[in-house]
Amino acid sequence: MKITAETVSHVARLARLAMPPEDLRQLAPQLSDILEYAEQLQQVQLDGVEPTSHPFHEVNVLRDDVVRPSLPRDLALANAPEAEAGQVRVPAVLEGGGGA
Amino acid sequence: MNYETVIGLEVHVELKTASKIFCGCKNNSKSEPNTNVCPVCMGHPGALPVLNKNALELGLRAALALNCQINQHSKFDRKNYFYPDSPKGYQISQFDKPIGEHGYIEIEVGGERKRIGITRLHLEEDAGKSTHAADGSHTLVDFNRTGVPLIEIVSEPDIRSPEEARLYLEALKSIMEYCDVSDCRMEEGSLRCDANISLRPVGSTTFGNKAELKNMNSFRNVQRGLEYEVERQRELYEAGEPVVQETRRFDEATQTTISMRSKEEAHDYRYFPEPDLVDLDIDDAWLAQIRASIPELPAAKRRRYEEELGLPAYDAGVLTADPKTAAYYEQVLAAGADAKAASNWVMSDILGALNSEGKTFAECPITPENLAGLIGEIASGKISSKQGREVFKAMWETGKSAAAIIKEQGMEQISDVAVLGPILDEVIAHNEKSVADYKGGKDRALAALVGQVMKATKGKANPALVNQLLIEKINAL
Repeated sequence: MKITAETVSHVARLARLAMPPEDLRQLAPQLSDILEYAEQLQQVQLDGVEPTSHPFHEVNVLRDDVVRPSLPRDLALANAPEAEAGQVRVPAVLEGGGGA
Repeated sequence: MNYETVIGLEVHVELKTASKIFCGCKNNSKSEPNTNVCPVCMGHPGALPVLNKNALELGLRAALALNCQINQHSKFDRKNYFYPDSPKGYQISQFDKPIGEHGYIEIEVGGERKRIGITRLHLEEDAGKSTHAADGSHTLVDFNRTGVPLIEIVSEPDIRSPEEARLYLEALKSIMEYCDVSDCRMEEGSLRCDANISLRPVGSTTFGNKAELKNMNSFRNVQRGLEYEVERQRELYEAGEPVVQETRRFDEATQTTISMRSKEEAHDYRYFPEPDLVDLDIDDAWLAQIRASIPELPAAKRRRYEEELGLPAYDAGVLTADPKTAAYYEQVLAAGADAKAASNWVMSDILGALNSEGKTFAECPITPENLAGLIGEIASGKISSKQGREVFKAMWETGKSAAAIIKEQGMEQISDVAVLGPILDEVIAHNEKSVADYKGGKDRALAALVGQVMKATKGKANPALVNQLLIEKINAL
């Protein structure tokens, strides 16, 4: 699979990584090589093999709907770079960027 | 040219669990900011999610109630995006194996039943709540809502008008309330709705460019936002201008929609199977158990009220819209009241009084048994229906039974011929002209005589009986 500098740039932006142009040029062929190496796996015969996203066959690991203690707020906010009024303070964000 | 409106709705419903979907924090986003948070919902490295069984079961119940096919083998996926209200940098959601697919809701439009398809229903976690500083200098984030269990319900683009959109939402809310999966308070955000809307020439089978509408916090605003958008897009088409595919925000103050002008990067969520959660295998027995937990749903109840109780369609619709109204009504019936009389009292008097005082059924001062008692007192002729209204008022204020109030206020209707006879004789003796008029064929004159009897008995005489006795006595003169 050929990775272009544009693809690297797109993936870098999705990951919020600053990527100087020289790195882009260098990374594109490197990533291509890695993916091409991994592409060998495509040749494996997989007829009748279930998709495996987990190494175990365990299913339905569930917990009962019981409330357990939460973190004390000062502890919950201890690692926030900035906090204000019990909330995490972050640089202004544009409305509507979120998902859910 | 004539255009057809095409609308699809995406609804998020918060599930009514005690704890969050993947951790034991309390499911209450109204607590003091960041007091219901832990390493799991704050996305600390190494913290592992475990699915809340109740959230899964509520989601399945909702999917079954919406006529979905259940994917008995289901799983969770990561939806990757960066936003401060999502501390992990991804949302745990479901991508290709949602718990429910291919469902539908029936609505009634202009007397016709119409089916709106449901593409999918999946479980996911809610994001935190961002508060943007008014001066745009910063944003504050509260993670209490992060990890609150949600179901997302995506409709097919089957909705053809803003009114149908509102009807679909009302039906959806009603079903969710009957199933007791959510309190569905749109103004509090426990039910949220985004809408995709586009126009196309009538007869066309392809879709026009759509606008995605956000920020509508009531059913009425959903309808208004969509109505505005229909007009806006129609005007663009008629002026030969393109409709831009974009996200627009409903602005309540101006009742318009405004382009959010956010940089529309193509969504690229890079879904992949969530490695921290194992797959779900929901066997037939478990599913049957969940199916059995679904109560009679509003559509079935409505039909039963019409067919078995003989109620008009309007009554059946009002009484079944909200499960609490239906439960109250059924208790009034169980206490022996007539179906139609009970319907009238519940629809106009009880609902009217609750609404005007902003009360819920839980706070209703008149118990179903007491309302049935009042209906019984009127049916038996102990009090007139006019007196019934006064008794109702007193019951509302005091919470006492109808019988107690009738006794306290000496309101018993006089239906005793022995008591009424002398009063009637006196009225006849003192109103010769009215008597003569009535005998001369003026039926209205009788009303004047009845009125005199009512006055003499302070309104307590049984009017129908008075009427009948007067005619007998005058004819015998």
